Amino acid sequence: MSVELPDHGTDSLRRFLHGLPGVDEVGANGRVAMLGTRSIKNASKAFAIDLAIRMVDLTTLEGADTPGKVRALSAKALRPDPTDPTAPSVAAVCVYGDMVGIVREVVGDRVHVAAVATAFPSGRASLDVKLIDTAEAVAAGADEIDMVIDRGAFLAGDYGRVFDQIVAVKRACGDAHLKVILETGELRTLDNVRRASWLAMLAGADFIKTSTGKVAPAATPPVTLVMLEAVRDFRAQTGRLIGVKAAGGIRTSKDAIKYLVLVNETVGEDWLTPDLFRFGASALLNDLLLQRQRMATGHYSGPDYVTID
Amino acid sequence: MTDRVDVRKTFKLFVGGAFPRSESGRTYEVTGAGGGFLANAAKASRKDARDAVIAARKGFASWSSATAYNRGQVLYRVAEVMEGRRAQFVSDVRDAEGLSKSAAVAQVDAAIDRWVWYAGWTDKVTQVLGSANPVAGPYFDFSVPEPTGVVAAVAPQDSSLLGLVSVLGPIVATGNAVVVIASTDRPIPAITLSEVLATSDVPGGTINILTGDPNEMMPWLASHADVNALDLAGVSDAALATSLEQEAADTVKRVRRATTDADWFADPGLSRLRAFVETKTVWHPLGV
Amino acid sequence: MAFEYAPAPESRSVVNIASSYGLFINGEFVDAKSGTMFKTINPATEEVLADISDAGAEDVDRAVAAARKAYTGAWGSMSGRDRSKYLFRIARLIQERSRELAVLETLDNGKPIRESRDVDIPLVAGHFFYHAGWADKLDYAGYGANPRSLGVAAQVIPWNFPLLMLAWKIAPALACGNTVVLKPAETTPLTALAFAEICQQADLPPGVVNILTGAGDTGRLLVEHPGVDKVAFTGSTEVGKAIQRAIAGTSKSLTLELGGKAANIVFDDAPLDEAVEGIVNGIFFNQGHVCCAGSRLLLQESIAEEAMEALKRRLGTLRLGDPLDKNTDIGAINSAEQLARIHALADSGDEEGAERWSPPCELPDTGFWFAPTVFTGVTQAHRIAREEIFGPVLSVLTFRTPEEAIEKANNTPYGLSAGVWTEKGSRILWMADRLRAGVVWGNTFNRFDPTSPFGGYKESGFGREGGRQGLGAYLKEQS
Repeated sequence: MSVELPDHGTDSLRRFLHGLPGVDEVGANGRVAMLGTRSIKNASKAFAIDLAIRMVDLTTLEGADTPGKVRALSAKALRPDPTDPTAPSVAAVCVYGDMVGIVREVVGDRVHVAAVATAFPSGRASLDVKLIDTAEAVAAGADEIDMVIDRGAFLAGDYGRVFDQIVAVKRACGDAHLKVILETGELRTLDNVRRASWLAMLAGADFIKTSTGKVAPAATPPVTLVMLEAVRDFRAQTGRLIGVKAAGGIRTSKDAIKYLVLVNETVGEDWLTPDLFRFGASALLNDLLLQRQRMATGHYSGPDYVTID
Repeated sequence: MTDRVDVRKTFKLFVGGAFPRSESGRTYEVTGAGGGFLANAAKASRKDARDAVIAARKGFASWSSATAYNRGQVLYRVAEVMEGRRAQFVSDVRDAEGLSKSAAVAQVDAAIDRWVWYAGWTDKVTQVLGSANPVAGPYFDFSVPEPTGVVAAVAPQDSSLLGLVSVLGPIVATGNAVVVIASTDRPIPAITLSEVLATSDVPGGTINILTGDPNEMMPWLASHADVNALDLAGVSDAALATSLEQEAADTVKRVRRATTDADWFADPGLSRLRAFVETKTVWHPLGV
Repeated sequence: MAFEYAPAPESRSVVNIASSYGLFINGEFVDAKSGTMFKTINPATEEVLADISDAGAEDVDRAVAAARKAYTGAWGSMSGRDRSKYLFRIARLIQERSRELAVLETLDNGKPIRESRDVDIPLVAGHFFYHAGWADKLDYAGYGANPRSLGVAAQVIPWNFPLLMLAWKIAPALACGNTVVLKPAETTPLTALAFAEICQQADLPPGVVNILTGAGDTGRLLVEHPGVDKVAFTGSTEVGKAIQRAIAGTSKSLTLELGGKAANIVFDDAPLDEAVEGIVNGIFFNQGHVCCAGSRLLLQESIAEEAMEALKRRLGTLRLGDPLDKNTDIGAINSAEQLARIHALADSGDEEGAERWSPPCELPDTGFWFAPTVFTGVTQAHRIAREEIFGPVLSVLTFRTPEEAIEKANNTPYGLSAGVWTEKGSRILWMADRLRAGVVWGNTFNRFDPTSPFGGYKESGFGREGGRQGLGAYLKEQS
């Protein structure tokens, strides 16, 4: 059964999105809770930790970011554990568009450079401003763009506007990959998460992303579950593989491993690669490194043994 | 032979799960039944009462959203900790009320058992007070009791522990939060109870215990727009009780009137459980 | 790259299994006068766990006498308030020993440790807590003022939820002031024996709870004993009928909780991913050894294909294996006998023309195992649509309209439970109104709570367990 792309300017996009099956919130939470009891130990834990490190988009998105701070973060992205060269590099460094050049200077082509754009995090600006924001980041060397959807338009039911903006930003990306941030914390219901996921995928997203990390709640297992179901169903209907990025609020290795279990048992091993799953995080990396050190040495590690970037 | 010099306690308020002094800095003397000095208790002001209502509103949010089972577990834990402090309570009640040891023991045992009784009500109130209603139409119609919110209570003046517990138990068992003014002259068992509450997994703000003069604080609580109900159990002055009822009318509070000549040892029945619940009735059609 | 989960076994060191056990009569463990013993094994490995006493007629006499003595003595005259305190103690002890009890249950029963730990044992504690609080409030339970207990209750329970079934029987019986003699199932005695220890730790007066281990004959002797006032049985419909016949003409009260063949009904607007979870939970939870299992999946024909695809995909992630492994979803079948029964019925499905499917599944070499299995193309006339399999076998049928779903769901001598999946609230309520089942789950399945009455219509039994309604089984109403 194939999906006919709806004509977004009219009612049919709305009817399509509103016609998607609903999500029973209690049931979804129950599924997530059950998967949260998976006990990942020993070799599987080591595998998961290294995979999680390779999936991290190491992020700094602060008004106070300086070249010095960004350089330090970029160096850490390349070599997360100075004491252990076997620790893998992360997937990407994620910064504001005006810091992209600095990241590129440090990392070259060795990790991806992701820039947030489109009036991140609120998304409240004209389309022109959003497109310039995108184009400048791409010109500075970003090969991934993390855009925000217009949540105001979405919640007002103006799906066509949201769709059109994504299409326009995708065009401005050129060869860069587009991650579309749904800001699930503002969408509130899992039904909305499902609809927004489909809308973003139909409009051309390469990745759908949970959150900006600036609004609580950020990523949660239930919204990630619904997004993983969406990419699974989208592949079944179109053959295209879309990635999922869980961002914000994922602080511990235990959390990260729960997400990997979710991916494993919802969409399967095809998505267990940084090309299709990412963690948007900052503090998480150090906890992964501490756990990695514990598994290597046999004793609990401490904050003095991981770097503060 | 030297007697050990004991470490004496400072008696403070219990608000939001913590033990602050009164913001007014005032205290008042508490004397035992024999007239001897027992302690300086904090003398709560209207601002303390105001802060307690804020804490209670916060506490209500988490207490009322816990499952009934969870509330029962927490209240049973309170009883476990009370039992552990049985000797202390007996001594507090003796000092406060001048009772014989056996009378004090009887009161403390009854208070602990009363608390256990209410702990076992949390997951049964809905079944006893609620109903499915056979309306004359294709609708599923049900009524459930829900907690009214924040209750301001005046504990009985004479029965310093059993009376207090008999007032608090039904309020919290039904999911409400409470600001209670302990017996003015006999507050010490209430203060010991607050220590029990602080160590029993009761969410901060669910139960707040103030010591001082109800004449000073109650008018503010009776008119407070964020207090949903009043329990005037310990208001012994009829004129004050009347005026508080009048104040309460401005915000249509639910008022449970003063209790005179209560036998706190008797089976409480359902009336206190009923007093602080609202009944919500829901309709939903049956149809394909 | 595949994400394999390394073995994550729960440790056995938390349990202490004796090499042999006596009977628990009058507050003590005593040797059976019958002199016979039998073995209880771990169905995942076939390893012998312990030797168990087989109670004979004399032992049943002793136990009933002890229960009677306690009833006319300490327990019968005890206030509700004091009974409640004993039950609260027991509830607390169960919570304290919950890890041990969960491991023990998994070893003796074969169910995954995740289920014993997260479902069985918490519900056990919950039942004792809930009923502890009723003991001193019976006046308010809707049975009139001062409702009286019945006396000595004979209770026979099955092997699928051993400790939970014990809690469902003993908690209300004691709360209402009765004393009990309980016979656990032959293949799962160990948690009942641990419960006996807990009664000792709670200082429960001797004779209030008596545990008689044994086989089918022990149950029959107990139920037919003239010294018993009340019989409560959970188990097969066949045995339930035999018990009902046996006590005919006596003054014994009876409640029965028997088999089922529940319809799990999925409409075209169901929240599909959650419905799939509900289907899986409905039939594969506890290896399908559940009286209220959703063993007949009724799919609305318009979404049947899509739903089956989603279901099969989901079944591919089920993990079958060592029940003590925390990641196991499907454990062992409880006994060789039960496994043979499941095979026989599944084979009838093949013979009668239904189409069998299982996800790829490696079964361990020792122990009793059955891969999760789905039959499509099933009709009402097939044996696998009518008879209770009590195993991880799902029969899939289709329907066109809500009325047809009701007809098919109700077209069975059973009536224990049903599930309805649809986003439309009015339809859930309309269906619930018409389903002849004692428990209806809307957009969920296999949910249990001590406050929520459970029991069946028709040949699934009579009487309810849990809630205010469940107390009625153990009280004599004032007329």
